Amino acid sequence: MRSDAALNAAGLRRDARAERIALFGLGLPALALVTVTMVIPVAWLFWLSFLGDDGALSLEHYRRLIEQASYARIFRATFEISAIVTAICILLGYPLAYVLSQLPRRIANLCMIGVLMPFWTSILVRTYAWLVLLQRQGLINSLGIRLGLWDEPLALVHNLTGTLIGMVHIMLPFLVLPLYGSMRAIDRDYLKAAANLGAGPTRAFWLVFFPLSLPGLSAGALIVFILCLGFYVTPALLGGGTVIMVANRIASDIEIFFNWGAASALGVVLLVLAAAILLAAARLIRLDRLFGGHAP
Amino acid sequence: MSARDASWLNRPATETQIPHRARLWLYLLAVAVVTFLVLPTLIVIPMSFSASQYLEFPPREWSLRWYQSYFGSAAWMQATATSVKAGLLTAVVATALGTLAAYGLFVSRLRAAGAVMALLLTPIIVPIILVGIGVFYAYVRIRLVNTLAGLVLAHSMLAVPLVVMVVTSALKSYDMNQEMVARSLGASRPRAFLLVTLPQIKLAVATSAVLAFLTSFDEVVVAIFVSGGDNATLTRNMFNALRDQIDPTIAAISTVMIVLSSALILLAQLLGRSGVRR
Repeated sequence: MRSDAALNAAGLRRDARAERIALFGLGLPALALVTVTMVIPVAWLFWLSFLGDDGALSLEHYRRLIEQASYARIFRATFEISAIVTAICILLGYPLAYVLSQLPRRIANLCMIGVLMPFWTSILVRTYAWLVLLQRQGLINSLGIRLGLWDEPLALVHNLTGTLIGMVHIMLPFLVLPLYGSMRAIDRDYLKAAANLGAGPTRAFWLVFFPLSLPGLSAGALIVFILCLGFYVTPALLGGGTVIMVANRIASDIEIFFNWGAASALGVVLLVLAAAILLAAARLIRLDRLFGGHAP
Repeated sequence: MSARDASWLNRPATETQIPHRARLWLYLLAVAVVTFLVLPTLIVIPMSFSASQYLEFPPREWSLRWYQSYFGSAAWMQATATSVKAGLLTAVVATALGTLAAYGLFVSRLRAAGAVMALLLTPIIVPIILVGIGVFYAYVRIRLVNTLAGLVLAHSMLAVPLVVMVVTSALKSYDMNQEMVARSLGASRPRAFLLVTLPQIKLAVATSAVLAFLTSFDEVVVAIFVSGGDNATLTRNMFNALRDQIDPTIAAISTVMIVLSSALILLAQLLGRSGVRR
């Protein structure tokens, strides 16, 4: 009897729909993990952000975000820093990706190791390196003075300059990867055709090559900007307490003031902003390009 | 300059009609940017062998004192052990759950599968600080703060998206009909997966295990909030040390970390190369 039932069950399992559901079930352990360690905690923070100091539902934390000038400053600083870092990454990353995309593949792959190296070295190691290089007696200052570029040691770290340098260093590969991928995919015959039709090198670049590289450029710039919004470690270590981005304020709200409501409200705004920017951009850009290129 | 070099300079670069000579600045800029990406990290290595308290470059005298101060410190050693344990366990948990999910959801093609897949990828875009304080808040209530288990669960969640992406992309280039053949010959679904599919995506699985290890090993923000006491991670202690002053011991630790992660990535690459049979 039992074996009959088992056979029956096996037969049923071969039923396509039942099997699809069983396969779907393979995703459930991972789903449970992400739910327990991310969805529920973040939802909990959402809830906390709407609780007033007396424990009743209220919007007081959000009201404070709007009313207190210090919060407005922090949001403005966060957006400005993210925008500047994105701009510098474009200025440095575009020429690099352009040159790489024209090199023979073997040599380009070799250079790619350099671009990808930051991906597998700890963010702390790299931040530490900049702390050492940029300090008053550091290599950059002593080199600059010896070459006569400047006379006094410059304050390059524990301020905005150091933060920007560190952040650009971390984010640049995120821009170069998708950009390089989309530049490689451009058919060089278009440029020959442009030349044939009488376009000079500058015209051919701006009217043909540049527009074709835009999908990769915008995907890279988008991911750089969004990831910058949530930066914590770099401003905390290279900013020397003078650079306060949203994430740093969230941390100090918790660590110093134990103010979960305020920290949660800030976090919710940060998440909603990042998601809104991503969704708005998703209408313009194919998101699968974000992580384009090779896994390191 | 020889005639050959000069002729290369005058030749147009690919399809741009511009001779190399006219865009040497572009090449210099590219070299400068790659240098900017690579050099700061590498410069830590010689500095870690300096005998001086002050991090100078090049060091005037060499010594191993910072390595002694790292390997001789019980606190640093315990933190290193925690980080390695957390990394290994994360690699196991995230790779197992992520591979199962990637396979199941990829093959299932239920409409809900796409939604679950998207949800599994969200840890990438949620700001890490939010995950950090959220997990801390939850862990306080279920007494997982400062435990290895809690750390591994949070790090596995952060690593699952990477595993899912890497394994899914391997499955996309894999011909699923092979599994159908195995099944028509009588193999059950699990057997077909283990004997036919898994051997062919094992490189992607191994790569994702390496990535999961590094995700945990290098993770800072969540570790700051939920690891501590006997289970403080290396990164947490480094972060706190860097906040106070520049301790050259960090240079020695950094060098060890660079060597470890580079070796792992190299291993994954070599595995990948020797495994490609077409």
